[in-house]
Amino acid sequence: MVDRAEFSSYYGRPVIKAPSWSAQDIAGYFFLGGLAGAGSVLAAGAQLTGRPGMARVLKTTSALAIAGSGALLVHDLGRPSRFANMLRVFKPTSPMSVGSWLLTGYAPLAGLAAVLNRAGRLPRVGAAATAGAAVVGPAIATYTAVLAADTAVPAWHDAYRELPAVFAASALTAASGAALLGSPYSETGPARAAALLATTTELALVRGMRKRLGPVAEPYEQGRGGRCMHAAEVLTGVGAAAAACSPFLPPPARRPTAAAAGLALLAASACTRFGVFHAGVASAEDPVYTVGPQRERLEERRRAAEAAAKNGGTSPGADPSVPPSGGDTAG
Amino acid sequence: MDRSADLLYGPEPDPAGDAGHPDPPPRVGFFTDTTVCIGCKACEVACKEWNAIPEDGLSLTGMSYDNTGGLGASTWRHVAFIEQSRPVAAPAAGGPSPDGHEGHGHSPHGHAGQEPAGSAGTAVEAAPVAGGPPAPDGRTELRWLMSSDVCKHCTHAACLDVCPTGALFRTEFGTVVVQEDVCNGCGYCVPACPYGVIEQRPDDGRAFKCTMCYDRLGDGMEPACAKACPTDSIQFGPLDELRERAALRVEQLHDLGVPEARLYGHDPDDGVGGDGAFFLLMDEPEVYGLPPDPVVTTRDLPDMWRHAARAAVGLLGAAALAFAATATGKGPR
Repeated sequence: MVDRAEFSSYYGRPVIKAPSWSAQDIAGYFFLGGLAGAGSVLAAGAQLTGRPGMARVLKTTSALAIAGSGALLVHDLGRPSRFANMLRVFKPTSPMSVGSWLLTGYAPLAGLAAVLNRAGRLPRVGAAATAGAAVVGPAIATYTAVLAADTAVPAWHDAYRELPAVFAASALTAASGAALLGSPYSETGPARAAALLATTTELALVRGMRKRLGPVAEPYEQGRGGRCMHAAEVLTGVGAAAAACSPFLPPPARRPTAAAAGLALLAASACTRFGVFHAGVASAEDPVYTVGPQRERLEERRRAAEAAAKNGGTSPGADPSVPPSGGDTAG
Repeated sequence: MDRSADLLYGPEPDPAGDAGHPDPPPRVGFFTDTTVCIGCKACEVACKEWNAIPEDGLSLTGMSYDNTGGLGASTWRHVAFIEQSRPVAAPAAGGPSPDGHEGHGHSPHGHAGQEPAGSAGTAVEAAPVAGGPPAPDGRTELRWLMSSDVCKHCTHAACLDVCPTGALFRTEFGTVVVQEDVCNGCGYCVPACPYGVIEQRPDDGRAFKCTMCYDRLGDGMEPACAKACPTDSIQFGPLDELRERAALRVEQLHDLGVPEARLYGHDPDDGVGGDGAFFLLMDEPEVYGLPPDPVVTTRDLPDMWRHAARAAVGLLGAAALAFAATATGKGPR
């Protein structure tokens, strides 16, 4: 818990401004972008290993998801008619600029892969597009974590080490869910394996992230963000369990169980993205999450400087980043 | 880590030159000395007038004389009002009084909804006492802190770094300005700013903030707020000069027995490489609604990209593993 008694602010007003992005647009985009990116990877795998049903489903969902993403992103702009300004420059310091260029490269590949697959034309071009989308796909699925983390929003920035992996795992959860939902059951083996890998990794990563964040993890545990994250955990568990159990059921029950698992996994991924989004907004709106950690940082630096002075100035360049947890280092 | 090569973090003596301006004029800035601010809000008015900023609500906050609230898309100068009741410092002959700033127990804290009544009550109660025995130097228990806040025009400006369209740019004066004809309202600069300065105007969609009167600077004039300030609380000039002047002013205040006077945002070694607009404060920054230790978020961006690359490779690996596990014909189990 954050100690609110020890903390001052200007009439409780936020220090930083929360993003004005709409949750539907941006959290929705995080979800759809992940679904598309990881879906392209699984689609390429399915094609390589001779699972045409699974490949077809995933190519289609990736194309639809990325088209939806584009619509959401343009819709969220304050000036939608100026969306093309996104390609006015290329700026590696702006994850949104990098993302715009990634999308510009990825969307046509994903679209081409899906259209040629459905039309049954130009198989070599289709295979090349599938491979290209699979190469760019993981970047589409993970850059959005950098986009969120590269802000002053405490619950996002402080989580920058874990967020990309959480987003990657969540993307694979969603894509394997889509495969389970739409593919012939005989082809869902890899989707089930991917679902198990993704869900176990994601649950562990989110736990680790909350532990490391300390007090700044509160918005991931309480309020709207907390509710979404909790729902994501439950849905992830249910989906993974159903996917894992399905081969042991009598054959007529397998397909419906896999489809239900797929739905649960898709919903879980969406909940994770909305949870991360709302947690970030909540952490920006309450000054305690901005002031608290910064004040703590200053205190640590002051204590380190004092300790260095006490030690007779033998270490003038004392590393201020070293936490003073072992307070009696002088002994 | 390499601090100088990537220009994302650390001291940077010539931001305008590094942004590609050949032979730029000296970097300019604001030094806001809050000890002489009288809370007249002339800066707020002058700013709105000169920059033709639309009205953004004529409401009463009910918390203090501050009915502006904070900086935003249509508020580029904001005067903060803080009422404090604190023990009168004993006029110790031997030097500065004991560190008083832990005693701002009545400074507003917690949530907005909980405190206003308490703060107002405190002020009323404190008034008779304050009217009673003032300290020998005339100071009473009640004090007002007033401070005119503004965009900090950071040396390492996160808003500028993350802007995907190039609408935000570094001027030849070392300031940071939005090009209104380029901004497409993506809103990324808003959560990127560690000070909560820049904002999107709801009915317009684009992001707006202080330009340090870029149009006036080009004509050799000082910004409207500094021009209008009747007490010279807002001082405009070459940043190097302002930093020298500010250091002298703090020294002077310390000699006068005001140990709590401190500079904020003046240090090129801080998390944003020093602010183009810095302040002399009388209490901790957070009391004024300022972050105590802001850091430009892009300091960690190279590390973020590394983590993302690792995660992307992990995603490919996990997918390959899933197919490999089932290719053997045994399935996941």
